Amino acid sequence: MRAIMGSAALALAIFPAWAQQSPYADYQRMTAESAPIELFELGGEELWKRKQGPKSVSLEQCDLGQGPGELKGAYAGLPRYFKDADRVMDLETRLLHCMMTLQGRSREDATKRVFGNADSPSEMELLSMYVAGKSHGMPMRPGTSHPKEKATYQLGQKLYFHRAGPWDFSCASCHGEEGKRIRMSELPVLFKPQYARPLMATWPAYRVSTSSVVTLQWRMNDCYRQMRMPEPQFGSDTTVALITFMTVNAEGVPYRGPAIKR
Amino acid sequence: MAGPMKMRATLAGGYTDVRVLMTHPMATEQQTKGQPHFIQNLTVKVNGKTVVEGQISQAISRNPVFSFRLSGGAKGDKIEVSWLDNKGDTNKTETAVA
Repeated sequence: MRAIMGSAALALAIFPAWAQQSPYADYQRMTAESAPIELFELGGEELWKRKQGPKSVSLEQCDLGQGPGELKGAYAGLPRYFKDADRVMDLETRLLHCMMTLQGRSREDATKRVFGNADSPSEMELLSMYVAGKSHGMPMRPGTSHPKEKATYQLGQKLYFHRAGPWDFSCASCHGEEGKRIRMSELPVLFKPQYARPLMATWPAYRVSTSSVVTLQWRMNDCYRQMRMPEPQFGSDTTVALITFMTVNAEGVPYRGPAIKR
Repeated sequence: MAGPMKMRATLAGGYTDVRVLMTHPMATEQQTKGQPHFIQNLTVKVNGKTVVEGQISQAISRNPVFSFRLSGGAKGDKIEVSWLDNKGDTNKTETAVA
């Protein structure tokens, strides 16, 4: 009996707080065991090295914040301020920047198809999986010191609580109270670190129900759609600010993605 | 058009644990209104010798993951997994037991 209690106590110590409470923890564990995430990382690696665009170069010299071509820990350090672009960028916005500057592609060309589907994930999705995979296990340390990083965080905070649109919704309408859920999905209160941390550590992810890859830019886009708001521009100040706000709230959590979602 | 495959084979005591991931739509009859597209045959070879000949159906999910145990095995053994789908597409991957 003591042995059983001992192992139960150990389990509680290992799993994050939400996993103990969640009735779906078992389901999440089982789906994670058979996740085909590595296949998408492979697809992303191929795209990272493929020569593309008018300049016919790969993204291998893209600076994601740790120096040109340095992928290790790059995702865990995002979003952050980039001097060459004079703005804060998340992973996808930075990838878009590299496609435009390094490969010479137009914004229109590079954003033609940013969100894919099960039959064909988008370039951005595969690249996100590949880059994020290189930060697995590292603590997430988004930029918080530069004035523009601070301003971006504050904008994200404002947007999170800003009610608008035909339904007068804000992010906080769904993600503002503890213990709420929609079907199988618990709704994390993303301005509280204890909820932001386990969640932000899992994006981008493979979504079992749609067999497709989902990214944070997609999540922002789709939340705005669900709120019946105008579609935000990919990589805009709005989406970057919200991603920055949530990532900074989760600061320090070891990144355990790319993960699997319902 | 076959997407990537990935395989890991690790020795654990008296057996080899193999985990293989494959990219495939695994589309069913019902989803496609009569144009199913799925892996039919799965072949596992160890050092060129066939050890598993599996027949699988539409009931397997998209981008399937198979894991299985082979008795015996030694470090460096070559494991090859290949599949053939109902449209004649095929793909294979090879790895050495680690």
